[in-house]
Amino acid sequence: MNVVVCVKQIPDPADPGELDPNTKTLKRDVKLILDESDSYGVEMALQLVDTAGGGEVTLVSMAPNNEVSGLRTALAMGAAKAVLVSDDALAGSDALGTSKVLAKAIERAGEADLVITATESSDGYTGTVPEQVAELLGLPSITFAKSIAVDGGTVKVQRQTEAGYDDVESPTPALISVTAGVVEPRYPSFKGIMAAKSKPVDEVTLSDLGVDAGTVGWAGGGQEIVEISAAEEREAGTVVEDDGEGFQKIVDYLAELKVI
Amino acid sequence: MTVSKIWVFAEATDGKVSTTTLEMLAKAGELADTVECVTVAGDDVAAELGAHGASKVYTVGGTDGKLIGPIVSSAIAGAVEGGNAPDALLIATSYGGRDVAGRLSVKLDAPVISNVVDIVDRDGALAGVEPVFGGTTNVYTKFTGDKVGIFLVRPKSFAAAEEPSGDAAATEELAAGELGNTGAATVTNRFVEESTGPSLDDAAVVVSGGRGLGEQDKFEMVEDLAKLLGAAPGASRAIVDAGWVPYSYQVGQTGKVVKPTVYIAAGISGATQHLVGMKGSKNIIAINKDAEAPIFSVADLGIVGDVHKVMPALIEALQNR
Repeated sequence: MNVVVCVKQIPDPADPGELDPNTKTLKRDVKLILDESDSYGVEMALQLVDTAGGGEVTLVSMAPNNEVSGLRTALAMGAAKAVLVSDDALAGSDALGTSKVLAKAIERAGEADLVITATESSDGYTGTVPEQVAELLGLPSITFAKSIAVDGGTVKVQRQTEAGYDDVESPTPALISVTAGVVEPRYPSFKGIMAAKSKPVDEVTLSDLGVDAGTVGWAGGGQEIVEISAAEEREAGTVVEDDGEGFQKIVDYLAELKVI
Repeated sequence: MTVSKIWVFAEATDGKVSTTTLEMLAKAGELADTVECVTVAGDDVAAELGAHGASKVYTVGGTDGKLIGPIVSSAIAGAVEGGNAPDALLIATSYGGRDVAGRLSVKLDAPVISNVVDIVDRDGALAGVEPVFGGTTNVYTKFTGDKVGIFLVRPKSFAAAEEPSGDAAATEELAAGELGNTGAATVTNRFVEESTGPSLDDAAVVVSGGRGLGEQDKFEMVEDLAKLLGAAPGASRAIVDAGWVPYSYQVGQTGKVVKPTVYIAAGISGATQHLVGMKGSKNIIAINKDAEAPIFSVADLGIVGDVHKVMPALIEALQNR
């Protein structure tokens, strides 16, 4: 079974950086890492291929400057190869533009039984890319998967809902988005890290994919950031060291608020 | 400024319209001359939607056992292509809502503005306001083309009408086109997870735990305190990812947005994604041993201390009252 996993390489969320005042987008001139949300999809894909007893996991990513730091992490976990799209014309791409590029890159990656994504990235948080990619590829999709099993040509998913979860089935090929925590991502082994250095990364541009540069990036966005401003701040409150009576301050405060 | 017509995608459970739908209807009424809804809930929600300002409800059928994304997006795209296009479409950031917005955006080749907490007029166009960096910065984005503006709206961004009084809305069927392969996913079973006490969405008090609890078993302290206060238990993304508690407990950008009267954060440092989900709480109490933790920048009362000492003492004191 072959699985394609969409992975995003993002600035370290622990140091999220700042917005470029000219382009009004996140500055991305830092080293990028694999979005932790995507590590769950990579792990799930590896386990599904293992269970199937054959096939491989291919990664698809879009990043500036041919950045591969995050891809190497996922390759070290066990993915076989990757397609990386880098092109100056991609700067400023919104979720729809990103999806157009990912859909073409997934087609380039070859026949897949499943396409797996995270539910959303940890930097953009738009949460629409999985369905957009599925629609562009004409695939059925099941978002917010908390477990996935493949049985012949059918994928069975437990899908998170507001009330609990649904069992959902779909014929393959299909696109599935996985929630964080769906599996425990493995740590790359030393052997895996060494092997990842020589795994193939197919570095392509928009013209390689046959994507018109006018339909993505700033040119194709159909939206414009018109203002960035500081949000109303909360006033800082009282912060006290616990001297053994900290709990009492909470009790008093709750009483003051008439909660108790 | 007002636009001519806004559509709201209305979600309902067992005939009861979701709170976020009512919130969006209130906002849509401020922005547009005409507010209409699209729903898969059937005719029985027309009275409630009408009371909240919708003049018409388009009902999309044929969803039995199917996921709604392909069906609803197909129906809306068909209407737009047939000339019945709203200026903008408001969709809740829910499981189904995100699916509808994503599919529809491709069908209409129109962008989506996500994570919207407000919609305002900028230069004669509607602009979505999206908080970034833990809610410290607001980004205003407007649509530039002539496509239908799709806004994905975060729950609790607007206040629903307090005394809804409009007439029941007229209903009209809206057909979904041929879905082909995209509509092939089928729901075979539904499971409702039993929960006791108030839900995260509605609770007046929320007690959340984070990585500072140290280990999964210590989450019991959060549940015990929640029980004593009639509160809903919540969690940071870190311990949800670690598998300590279900995803449904998660408070934050990727989880639930909560606005209770009191929010108690136990052992939560306050990563930006968590702050976005809870900083709208009226009163915030934080317990954390790191005096530099970002949670203290939003807390009304911050206790710099060991959560394993403060929480048991707090629980005991409340039990003794």
